[in-house]
Amino acid sequence: MKIGWFSFTCSEDSTILWIELMNDNFFKWKELLDIRHARVLKRNNTLKDIDVAFVEGAITTDRDAKKLMEIRKNAKKLVAVGSCAINGMPSAQRNLFDEKLKKEIAFLLVRFNQADKVRSIKEIVTVDDEVPGCPMDEGAFFRTLDKYLQEFGVTNAH
Amino acid sequence: MHIDEYSEGSGGPAHMDGIMHLDKLSKIEGHGSLDIKIKDGKVKYVKLKITENKRFFTQAVLGKSAMALPAMTSRICGTCSIAHLSCCSEAVEHAVGFEPTDQTIMLRKLSLYGMTIRDHALHLYMFCLPDLFGKDSILDFDKSQDEMVRRAFAIKSAGNNLSKAIAGRAVHATFAQVGSFSNIPSEEQVAAVVKELKSVRNYAIEFIELFYDCEFKLERDTNFVSLVPKDYAFLGGEVVDSKGISIPKEEYWDFLNRIIIPYSQASGYNFEGEEFMVGALARMNLNRANLNSRTKADASKFMNVFPSKNIFHNNLAQAIEILHAIDHSVELLESNEFKEEPKTPVPIKAGEGVGMLEAPRGTLYYMLSINGSGRVQYGNIVVPTQQNQICMEKSVLELVEANLDKGKKNIELAIERLIRAYDPCMSCASHFLKINMEGL
Repeated sequence: MKIGWFSFTCSEDSTILWIELMNDNFFKWKELLDIRHARVLKRNNTLKDIDVAFVEGAITTDRDAKKLMEIRKNAKKLVAVGSCAINGMPSAQRNLFDEKLKKEIAFLLVRFNQADKVRSIKEIVTVDDEVPGCPMDEGAFFRTLDKYLQEFGVTNAH
Repeated sequence: MHIDEYSEGSGGPAHMDGIMHLDKLSKIEGHGSLDIKIKDGKVKYVKLKITENKRFFTQAVLGKSAMALPAMTSRICGTCSIAHLSCCSEAVEHAVGFEPTDQTIMLRKLSLYGMTIRDHALHLYMFCLPDLFGKDSILDFDKSQDEMVRRAFAIKSAGNNLSKAIAGRAVHATFAQVGSFSNIPSEEQVAAVVKELKSVRNYAIEFIELFYDCEFKLERDTNFVSLVPKDYAFLGGEVVDSKGISIPKEEYWDFLNRIIIPYSQASGYNFEGEEFMVGALARMNLNRANLNSRTKADASKFMNVFPSKNIFHNNLAQAIEILHAIDHSVELLESNEFKEEPKTPVPIKAGEGVGMLEAPRGTLYYMLSINGSGRVQYGNIVVPTQQNQICMEKSVLELVEANLDKGKKNIELAIERLIRAYDPCMSCASHFLKINMEGL
């Protein structure tokens, strides 16, 4: 199964947990998964022809929103991973700032081309599945991975 | 540093003027980019941009309950969340005048050791190891290297499980809190963790040798700064630099100069007005005498390079720190009994407090001001990558200037390798790396 692992604005906790899960699953996943895009693990990445894209983080810029749409276009299935991707929080905490704090950070939003509002993944693209948690729940991740391994005709891994 | 050992080809001539843009540096924690302008065969500027989008934690903490704050600020960073959790807890404790028990301090040290083993292993074995073998990724190692890869994951797993036993989880731990731990590890858990740590000890020594034999080199005359606890436990001690300054942590901020870097989403810092470096290399240069005796016994032959000004020795220092974290953890776990303690309530009162510790990537500083209702009035957080940012930028400039004739592709790979040696964490500093190089 061809997968991509993508990260937007967040603490990358689910990415770290995914790599921790490799402690016991690396060689199995090496056989079952073709990791086509994972910046955290490799330099030579491709967006082409991805079966399942796992996306972590919230969307804070229009540029990232475009990147997310590009990922969606190239992936048959898209899974939002972790709290920031699913509901925006805590990366979206600035959406809840009072007027005084909003004024305080306004110049930084302009300087770094940040969108007025931080958005979750499903506010921008269609999401097929969600793996909740901060970081993601391990059991929910394995269940989702198994589901797609079966769907794409790969032997059940767990 | 010379980069002609690269085998991927020159990538073409490197003598044209323009901007080099390195986009999305790989195998680091977070997102960043680098713009390099070259004109008339000289590097005009290097701009290291931390492009991890701001999440405004410094503003978001205002008005929040100080007791709930550590669980919130641990979300600044996934991989070093235990460092943020512990440092923030210490700042709150100091602000309200609460002294944790010796057992709590020991559990905090053990949770930091678990994180350090896991995080250094992530950096060294997942991010840097492929560079040593001319591979792009750990995914590219062949069957003959399976045992080495298995051993790398075994070490990382031992750190992960140490954190789980002590702090509940390796990422965004659940047991650590202001003043105490909500769970005490059972005898069975301690025995299992000790067994696993002992089982990977020899592997850790093998990897030290691998990084010791690595010939990557870029020497810089810079100042090194770290806390120097007497047991090298990443917690406690005074702040020391290479020039002989020794100050209590409460005064650290007075020695820092915040540098606004307009193109980066994080501020940089100077120490005493000059660039400096924090992290494993700084710790090894300044505090190696306090490494665990077993570590010194087995790693002494690899420590003759310290003190070192070779930035790539940050990797060797991390490899040695993994062994130290294993040895000292085993010692602490085997020589202590962990018992439920009476819960002493942490008082809610006004005050200011500093928390400071050695995170895997270097010195982490928290200063909090809390009002009489236990709400945060002010928060200041300084993370390691911000402190190394200016040093990183200057290192890249030196690297590019010395290798302008080596071709764009080779230069890009060498820049990534160099920045990776600093082990930056862009989630903390605000993510990592795109490089724009004008002139190539």
